[in-house]
Parts: sequence; C-alpha cells; structure tokens
Amino acid sequence: MDDILLLEAIERYLTGDMNSEERSYFENLRKTTPEIDQMVVEHNMFIHQMDMYTTRRNIKHGLHEVHAYLLERGDLNEGGELTTIGKVVQFWNKYKKVTAIAASVGGVIALFISGLAFYFSSAVNDPKLEQLGKDLEVVKKNQQYQGAVIQEVTSKIPSNARLLSGGSGFLISTKGYIVTNAHVLKGTGAVVVNNKGEEFKSSIVHIDHEKDLAILLINDPEYVPVKNIPYAIRKSNADLGEEIFTLGYPRNEVVYGMGYLSAKSGYNGDTLSYQIQISVNPGNSGAPVFNKAGDIIGVLSTRQLQADGVAFAVKSKNIYTLVDSLHSSDKAFEDLKMPVKSTLKGIERKEQIRKVEDCVYYVKAYGK
Amino acid sequence: MKGDTNEQALLKGLANNDSKAIETIYKDNFNMVQTYVLNNNGSYDEARDIFQEAMIALYEKAQSESFVLTCQIKTYIYSVCRRLWLKRLQQLGRYAHPVDSMEETVAVEEDLEIHEKRNADFNIMDRALNSLGEPCKSLLEGYYLKKMDMNALAAEFGYTNADNAKNQKYKCLMRLKKLFFSQYNIGE
Repeated sequence: MDDILLLEAIERYLTGDMNSEERSYFENLRKTTPEIDQMVVEHNMFIHQMDMYTTRRNIKHGLHEVHAYLLERGDLNEGGELTTIGKVVQFWNKYKKVTAIAASVGGVIALFISGLAFYFSSAVNDPKLEQLGKDLEVVKKNQQYQGAVIQEVTSKIPSNARLLSGGSGFLISTKGYIVTNAHVLKGTGAVVVNNKGEEFKSSIVHIDHEKDLAILLINDPEYVPVKNIPYAIRKSNADLGEEIFTLGYPRNEVVYGMGYLSAKSGYNGDTLSYQIQISVNPGNSGAPVFNKAGDIIGVLSTRQLQADGVAFAVKSKNIYTLVDSLHSSDKAFEDLKMPVKSTLKGIERKEQIRKVEDCVYYVKAYGK
Repeated sequence: MKGDTNEQALLKGLANNDSKAIETIYKDNFNMVQTYVLNNNGSYDEARDIFQEAMIALYEKAQSESFVLTCQIKTYIYSVCRRLWLKRLQQLGRYAHPVDSMEETVAVEEDLEIHEKRNADFNIMDRALNSLGEPCKSLLEGYYLKKMDMNALAAEFGYTNADNAKNQKYKCLMRLKKLFFSQYNIGE
C-alpha cells in the first residue's frame, strides 16, 4: 500500500498538483532518499514516453480520419486498378470541361492569331525562311501510305475534318503534355502518333504564336503514360559550338539528325531562338533539339532557305515561360510537372536515342 | 511574403492539432507523394503509409520548441517521403531505378533519425500495452491516455470504489513498466 501512495505522490509531484508545502517536503525527501529520487526520474521518463505515445496515437488516428474524409469528398484518388491509364481517365473525366473549353478557345485563338500572324509576322513569313511544318499534300500522301500499310487501324482524325499540317512534338510530362511549334497546329485539333505508329487524340491546351510554341495534351484512353521522361529541359542558354542532335518526323518514321549550335540568336537577331547547323526537312518542326548530354535545349522551328543546313530552334527556356503561364491560368494544369533530371548523360548516342524516341511524337493537325 | 506566412500558419495549426490545417496540408501534398510512390513500384496502401509517416514527422517537428522549417512544406514532405520510400524499397528488395520528378529535395536525414527513434519507442510502448491484456490495458489507457480521473474509471470498470481501482491501476502500471523497460534501453 505504501508503494501505491508513493507512486501517487510521484505522479502528483510530476503533474504539479502538489501545494508548495507538500512540494518542498517531497523535494527534501528526494534529496535525502536516492531510491525515491531514482523512482521519480524513472517515472518521469516513463510518463514522457506515455505522452509521446498518446500524441502519436492521436495524430495517427486523426490522419486516418482525414484520409477517409478527403477520399469521400473526392479530393484524393485511390483504389481501382493500378494502371496509370486509370489516372489519365480520371484526370480526363475531372477536367473534361476545362480541357474542352481550353481546346476550343485555343482553337479559336489559333485560327484568329494565325490569321493575324500571317499579316503581321515578319520573320515567319519571310520568303527566305521556311517553316518546317509539313504541308497538306505531303501529309496526305503519308496518310495514304500509312493507311495502305496498316489497314485495320482507322485514323482518329474526325471523319468530317481535313488534315492540315504535320510536324513533330515531344513529351514534357509523363501525363501526356506535348510541346510542338505553334505553326504546326494550323487547324482546330491534333492527333499525335508515337514511334510505333499508334495514334492518340489530343487537344491544344496552349498556343503562343509569338514564341512559336504550343502545348498539346493527349486525352486518349488508349494512351499509356511513359514511366518517366529521360531528358531534362534546359533553363539556361546553351553554349556556342555545343554538339546537338534531334529526332523528328519529316517522314512517317522517326529520323535522327546531328549538328551544332552555331549562334546564340536566331534569324535577324531574334533572341528567342538559336541558330543551329543541322540538316532538317519539313516535318521536323516541333522536334526537340538535344545537347550532347541529352538535355533539351530547343525546339526546332524554321530553316533558312538559301543557306544549306541553317536552321533555327526556339530556346528551351521559353517552354518554362509557357508552362508557367499555363500553371497560373488554370489549376487543372497543376499536374504538368517538367522533368529536371536527365538519365541520358554519359551514355552512348544509340542508347540515348533508344530512350528518347518513345517521347517524340508525330503531330498531325486537322481542321474543318 | 504571403506564401510564407500562410505556410507558417498551417504549421502552427498542425502543431495544435487543428483539423483544418491538417486537412489542407494533406490535400495539398498527398497526390504528389502518391504519384511518386506509384511511379516507383509502390501501391496505394504503401503511398498512404509513407505519406502519413511524413505527416507525423512534420507534426513532431512542428511541435518542438526549436522548430524552424527552412523550406516549403511541400519540399519537406517530398524529401521525407522520398527518403522513406527508397529505404522501404531497399528493405523489400524491390529497389529498381528510382524515378524523380521535378521537386527539389532537402536533407532530412537528421530529422528522420529522430523520427525513427520515436517510431521505435512507439512500437515498444504499443507492444507492451497490447501484451498487458484486459482490463489492464483499458484501465491504463483511461488513466494515462484519456486522462480520466480515478472515480470515473472506477465507475466505468465497475470497481466498488476509487481506491480499489487505484490498487489495480498500480499493479497494471508495474507490469507495463516492466514490459516497457525490458525492451527500452537507455543510452542506446
């Protein structure tokens, strides 16, 4: 019974429930009796552990409740099959409206601005420059060719729409965001084709004619997101003389080209782009330009007609500007996260291409 | 900066068990962690475990007196989860090639060491409590965790008076302490 009383006293002492008289008496007892002192220290420690245990248990419980609550409210997505297709579909369902509006607004703006650009843009309409988007005839031919080869695959271009132009594009997020040139997207929508010839529906989520860049979003349930994006996108400027290479679709097959960075500014001193020395063809527009380490430094856009091998690429930092404006324009694009880490550094070119080619797409734009 | 004061308020709320703050932090960061874990060989359940563990680490950090968070909440949570998940993958032998997304990370090793120690303490106490058996477990939980007073406990458990309950509590506590300290080694 004494022990029980002693423990009670210790507990009251530790919780500060003793009055000052009791307290000083007890403290004196501690000083004179090492056993009691030891018991106080030990019990204090134990109580502390109990308190930590309690807090931890409460927060754990609280977190479970918050999780269940948020799940119920639909703020979190969980369960279902583990495939990432599910996520894309969920995403699509969630933002269907937004994307549709964005796409149609984008489309209208695209038409409007391409009209404007036609009249006002000096660089792009300079006869000495050629945009590398493919014109209708070439694409049509390719389309027929493709149709001949794989007959059972029906095109995803709406039957009442015409194919207007074609080019290249590349992924900037595993969620299916693709960057291409604005001038590639002549019509109201686009389909993208991967290197295996599979076609996916996509919508234009952002278009910037001044920078000649656009962002597409694949919204096709058949699209299987890539695991990761092997390349990073350079924020800073590339250096003169850097070895570069590109992958694009001047034909129905992905084509590799290699060259070097020849000037830090583009046509007529345009600071938004670089001049590069590379052999490119129509259809290369929108293709990624990589440096030796496999970082994207630009987006191939135009070539100079009277000079051989002189081409221009929009600097990659403009992609960030574009993505930033997208982020601030709509919360729906929060999931657009750009890759920062390249896994291509120091590996052989063949290996680099093998890793990259899954992320480079053939873009076909259509309109009514 | 507005963002900063907002984050500070959230952390303060978290430390004070404010459910709104916990919800906000949860909602703002969970999907990021889930994506990361799912992209790296994990399941939904594992993502939830990892995330909640990071929340606990942040909570305990927020509660300490000397607390300063030198980075954004998002960055901190991401860093902790990344570290925890890589470790878990290694333990499970599922370690493949980790995929990182764009989030930056901060060093969290020290915090995690403290966190692990607390985890261990928690588990020892949990095991000790659970091996006590009833009514000891509930009696001690009532007194030490729910802070009920002896009279209320006596009534709830059906003891004829508070002294009997106290007597029983004492015996239970001695057993619990023995169980706990047999595994909990000071200075280790």
